[in-house]
Formats: sequence, structure tokens, C-alpha cells
Amino acid sequence: MQQNFLRYNFESNLEYLNDMSWLTKTLSSSLGRKVIMSLTGLFLIIFLLVHLIGNLQLLKDDGGQAFNIYAKFMTTNGLIKVSSYLLYATFLIHIVYSIILTRVNRSARPSSYAYSKPSGSSSLSSRNMGILGTVIFIFLVIHLQNFWYQMKFGSMPMTSYGGMEIKDLYRVVAEAFSQWWYVVVYVTAMVFLAFHLSHGFQSAFQTLGINHKKYTPFIQKVGLAYSIVIPGLFALIPIYMFFTCNS
Amino acid sequence: MSEAKGMNLTLKVWRQKNASDKGKMVTYQVSDISPDMSFLEMFDVLNEDLLQKGEDPITFDHDCREGICGMCSMYINGKPHGPLDGTTTCQLHMRNFKDGDTIYVEPWRAKAFPVLKDLSVDRTSFDRIIQAGGFISINTGNAPDANEIPIPKDIADEAFNAATCIGCGACVAACKNASAMLFTAAKVSQLSMLPQGKAEKKKRVEAMVAQMDEEGFGACTNTGACSAECPKEISLEHIARMNRDYLNAKLTSDNV
Repeated sequence: MQQNFLRYNFESNLEYLNDMSWLTKTLSSSLGRKVIMSLTGLFLIIFLLVHLIGNLQLLKDDGGQAFNIYAKFMTTNGLIKVSSYLLYATFLIHIVYSIILTRVNRSARPSSYAYSKPSGSSSLSSRNMGILGTVIFIFLVIHLQNFWYQMKFGSMPMTSYGGMEIKDLYRVVAEAFSQWWYVVVYVTAMVFLAFHLSHGFQSAFQTLGINHKKYTPFIQKVGLAYSIVIPGLFALIPIYMFFTCNS
Repeated sequence: MSEAKGMNLTLKVWRQKNASDKGKMVTYQVSDISPDMSFLEMFDVLNEDLLQKGEDPITFDHDCREGICGMCSMYINGKPHGPLDGTTTCQLHMRNFKDGDTIYVEPWRAKAFPVLKDLSVDRTSFDRIIQAGGFISINTGNAPDANEIPIPKDIADEAFNAATCIGCGACVAACKNASAMLFTAAKVSQLSMLPQGKAEKKKRVEAMVAQMDEEGFGACTNTGACSAECPKEISLEHIARMNRDYLNAKLTSDNV
């Protein structure tokens, strides 16, 4: 028995020679990768809230003034710019690690069962996080192309408030949301997001080792509420704008 | 007392000659099965039939047949150890099935559990995880007098709950990622929560998780299927404890 620990210590010395730091080893272990998924996921959960608060200004009945001024602030403020790069990196890491983990997890069961009945012991969303995430990713590409890319690199309509000429993102959004199919795509993506969050929110805490009878029931309730309310409000905006723009 | 009516069943069983054989599902009929038989006894009857016909009997793992050894390992109708919660295959009785049922029986499926023959898989990957750190490497002496080392009741209970893991591998079989987190977490918990095991807590969790990864088990997606299908109903809290012990060990242990 003692020999095993000696061997273990010996091997870890060898690994040190292999020039792989403890940090690299930790982050490439199954638990380390899960922690990365969890932390990036939690960051994206916070981002959703910030994004939603900004978007809710679209509902203001001022012809888009509040939203446009907000959009200008978000694209020019230095601090926001720095955090936006952090956000892009977080998205990329969350996606790349999900692909790595999915590949590892798939290879852990090379031949599947002839008859499997998983529904009784786990939730549908918990088993399909990869599929849910893929749909959200596809939506994200469309979404970024329509608004983010246009705002940054496209030719935008302009408007002016008190002599200040700024890009009229509100008009671009209003035009997109006046098309029924775009509203359908948007709302569908929010449904997928809701299911993704319903598992992801509470799962992130479990991965970080936060499981306690005082906090876990609370985390689960907040997670469920969050995964319904946030995508729900996101989905409400295009529906509302579709009917007001087309009336 | 009236004789209980025997059941007639259709079995679809995984047959595989050896580790390199491709294997396939084969259909068998069994008749006049008593509802009081255990699932394994029903297989004994089927094997008797096969032997009489001169066919190769179905290989399956079993030992104590009282739910404590962890040897039986059948994936029955899409669930490890069959339809009942908190029950091993040997403790599953035929009264839980209906006359005329079709029952699918497969081996555990995981890269780290290669099929040896038919329903028997090689679970020595679990042994290697234990060998990596699932022990206390100092002599703890004889059993001490009661309460000589004070251990709070709730800690003792939690460690004992972890120690009820029989290492059958149902968690791996149930998990969509064939992850061994619940097994490894239970084995980490049962030692690391108690005074004798605390000394090597950090080394243990690092070594056991490293071995678990090396064996080719998947990562955890927190679906909870492992705990739901565990015959000993080991809680997911142990996985959370292992996660935080592992992070703590990686950040603070002397092992660079």
C-alpha cells in the first residue's frame, strides 16, 4: 500500500520533468474542465441579465432614443470594451470546452445500449446540454451578424438627438422584429436557452462543490425562476415590437 | 395454498464470445418462471435449459446474491439493476415483471468496463482507482475504545453512507458519459471525512481523480442518473464534496 503513494510521488516528479505545470494538469483533468464550464457558464448567466436590462429599453416609447444612446455608450466606453473582450473569450472557452468534454464523454461509451430508458432518472435538458447549446450557438451567429456586426462594421442608418449624430440601432432592430419569421427564430432560441439554463444554472454550483441542504434548494429555485424569467423577457421584446411596429 | 402461476417471458440477451467478438442480442424464451425467483435464479433456469440443449450458457457476474457484494451487473430494460430503486439485480424478483413480458438484458457499457464474455465486464478499472489512493497508508492499530476519537454522529453517518457503495458500477452504466464520479466520490468521502483518513485527504483525491481520468471514464454533467440508479442510493453531495476537495487540493497541496 505504502508503495503506491511512493510510486505516486515518483510519478508526479516525472510529470514535473515533462514540463506540464500543476495548473495545466488541473485544467485538463475531467474536474478541471468542468470547473471551466461552470465558471464561464456563470459569467454568461450574469451577462444575460446585463444584456436584458439594456434590451428592455427597446420597450420605451421614445422612438428608440434611450436605446440608441445606450448602444453608443456600450460600443464606445473603454471599460465596457475591455469587458466585451472578456465576454468574447468566455463564449469561446465555454464552447471549445463543451466540444472537448463532449468528445471525451462520447468516447467513454464506444458502444451504446440496445435499449436504454434514461427518462426516469435524469431530466431531458440535463442529458441534452450539447444539443441545446448548439442551437443557442447557431442563433448567436445569426444574432451577432444581424446586430453586432452591423453596429460595428456595417453601414448603419443615422439619427440625431440634440444635434448629436449617432447610429440608429433601434431602427435596425425594429426592422428585424417586424418580420414574423425573425420573431419565431428569436423566440424559439429563447425556449432552448430556457432549457439550457434550467440545468446549467444549478449544475454550475454543484460542479464548484456547492451542495448544501441550506443553499441547494434555494439555488435550484432561483435557477428555475432565472431560466424562465430571463429568456421570457428576452422573448417578450420581439413579440411586443412585432405587434407595435405592424399596427 | 394455491400454486402461483408460472410466467412465460421473452429475453433478449447480449451474447459475446470473448472480448474481441462483436457480439449481438439473442432472443430466448423461458417458461414456468416462479414470481418468487430472483432475476439471477431465472437466469440459472435459462442456463440449465441451454446446457441441456448443448448450448453455451450465458456468462454473468454474481457472488453473494444478497445485495452486498457488488458483483451482479445486468442492464435490465434500459436500467442498471432493473426497474426497482435501491435494488441490486440479485435482489430483484420476478414478481416485478408480468407474464408475457419482453426483457432486455445487456452488460454495463463503458470503455473502462470492457466486456469479457456475454454479460460479464472487466471492472478492474475500479480496483485501480482504489489502488491509487483509496486507502490509509499508516497503521491505525487495533479498533480503539468507543468514543476515544470523538467523531460527530452526522459525520460518521455521512461517511458510512458513502461506505455503503458496493462498487458495482451501476453509476457508470447509468451515466450518459460513463462517468465514475459517484463511485470515486463515495470512496474519497468515506475515508476523507474520518480522522484516520484526513491526513492523506489531498493526496488521495488528487491521485484517485487522476486514475479515474486515466481509465477513460467520462466527465460529470450533473444529470443525477448515477445517484438515481445506485442500488445503495449514494447521494450527489459526495460528488460536490469531491469537487471542492479536489479544487482545494490542487490549489494548496505540495504536489506540483
